[in-house]
Amino acid sequence: MAERVFSVRRMPGFTPMAILVFVVLYAPIVILATYSFNAGTSLAIWEGFSLRWYASAWQDAEVQAATFRSFGIAAAAAMVSSILATMAAIATTRTAAFRGQTFVLAMINLPLMAPEIVTAIALLIVFALVKIATGYSGLGYIVLAHTAFCIPFAFLPIRGRLEDMDQALETAAADLYATPWRAFRYVTLPLLWPGILAGFMLAFVTSLDDVVITNLIAGPGQETLPIYMLGQLRRSTTPEINAVSTALLAISVLLVSLSFLLSREKE
Amino acid sequence: MTGAAATALPAARARWLLLAPALLILAVGAVGPLAVVVIYSFLTPGDYAGVKWIFSGEAWVNLFLQQDIFDDTWQWADAHLSIFWRTLLLSVGTTAATLVLGFPTAWFIATRPKRSRSFWLFLVTVPFWCNLLVRTFAIMQLIRNEGVINTILRGLGLIDQPIQMLYTDFAVGLGMAYVYLPLMVLPLYASIEKLDFRLIEAAYDLYAGPWRALTRVVLPLVRPGLVAGSILVFIPALGAYVVPRMLGGGNRMMIGNLIDLQFGQGRNWPLGASLALFLMLIVLAALLLYVRQVGRGDARNG
Repeated sequence: MAERVFSVRRMPGFTPMAILVFVVLYAPIVILATYSFNAGTSLAIWEGFSLRWYASAWQDAEVQAATFRSFGIAAAAAMVSSILATMAAIATTRTAAFRGQTFVLAMINLPLMAPEIVTAIALLIVFALVKIATGYSGLGYIVLAHTAFCIPFAFLPIRGRLEDMDQALETAAADLYATPWRAFRYVTLPLLWPGILAGFMLAFVTSLDDVVITNLIAGPGQETLPIYMLGQLRRSTTPEINAVSTALLAISVLLVSLSFLLSREKE
Repeated sequence: MTGAAATALPAARARWLLLAPALLILAVGAVGPLAVVVIYSFLTPGDYAGVKWIFSGEAWVNLFLQQDIFDDTWQWADAHLSIFWRTLLLSVGTTAATLVLGFPTAWFIATRPKRSRSFWLFLVTVPFWCNLLVRTFAIMQLIRNEGVINTILRGLGLIDQPIQMLYTDFAVGLGMAYVYLPLMVLPLYASIEKLDFRLIEAAYDLYAGPWRALTRVVLPLVRPGLVAGSILVFIPALGAYVVPRMLGGGNRMMIGNLIDLQFGQGRNWPLGASLALFLMLIVLAALLLYVRQVGRGDARNG
């Protein structure tokens, strides 16, 4: 074995520890995904490869309904929150420091800091009052709540992209008598687009994954996929839940990878 | 760029017009409702759920004290106190565990060649974006009595009876450490990456061993990352709900589950509201402490 070169960058035991951490980080997820392809009903004994649990999950009317509901809510919440976050990001990066800036940023970031269960019961209380007052009890409440907590997640990559962009191009557009709208439409927006898309995807994943807030505010018949799973986990667990979990994981990993590539593209 | 001053006024108006929709949604869907919780914490619980609009401070007293149903004497609310205590211990334990595991991981990533760093960072972030419920469920499958770990141990003949891991404080701590680890690694990495490794070289030249170089040179320099990572883990751990519910079961509740209980079976909305605000106050205190720590660190380095 070659003699190891001494390096100040090496600390004894750190590399094996780090490798162990990576293994531990992925092992539970990989095991879960593996058993979703198990032919038997056991979650610990391997009985051969099969797609039967995916098939039975897909044919389950409840799972189907929850999946469509989840995707609809996530699409609406991610769409609205990324548009609002784009507007807010432009307002906070394209101007000098202004009075009330700290307040605005605190508002936007509050959903990241307030414990989810606190926001959840707060919404439960307010929505219960609104339900009595208006009689409306549709999915609008869930979409509103999701939009609110998705805003900070969409805001981060969009603001990051805006800060990295070359402002000279926008200045040039303005010097050439472009109206603010035309400068935005033909200069800023095309450059900002990857950031907005990255923000949209993070918001989508965040909405798709929410358990705590949705669990408290969803009315009867408004189960999203995670809420359906939470209910199932309380009873018995079959590999069918593994199959649903793995599908959900695959979607999250795909979207986060895309979002990562989009925000990296600037380099 | 003529007339910058002249356009300042319309620019200010445009800025607030751009901000208004986002702030409105946040006010209605996140911030405003918190204010309503304050009101509810001072009301009387309704007979079945909800509230009666009669002022009462009882929900706040009941955080810590309860009245005996027979002789009306006030006693410590032991059930609540033990849940507060467990929440604090598990949150501190989780923070410590993620620190011990996260530091070598962040160090490892920061000392990779520049081009591969973002790949390793990405590997750490991916689980963070995966569904919390699914990750907790994955841990549950590993540690349950019929789970993978117990099956393997029995297969090897090491144990006869499965080891009860699920529904213990250990399970909750393990689950939280697993779930929140990425939040510790990212800020630690940001600090270690900026580290001037010549300083460690100097320490070695002055006959420091790796341990002394680590504790006397590295740790003080990466303190901002240590503090930021700890606060990023500690705060969500305090408010944890899904992990203790799934891995702790009904007997290992944390504050988050106690709050939820008041809006379900407990049917005491004002108590739930005061518990939620109590949790919020602790979180704010932790945040304030963090801001002051960071401020002090800047003053010292600057």
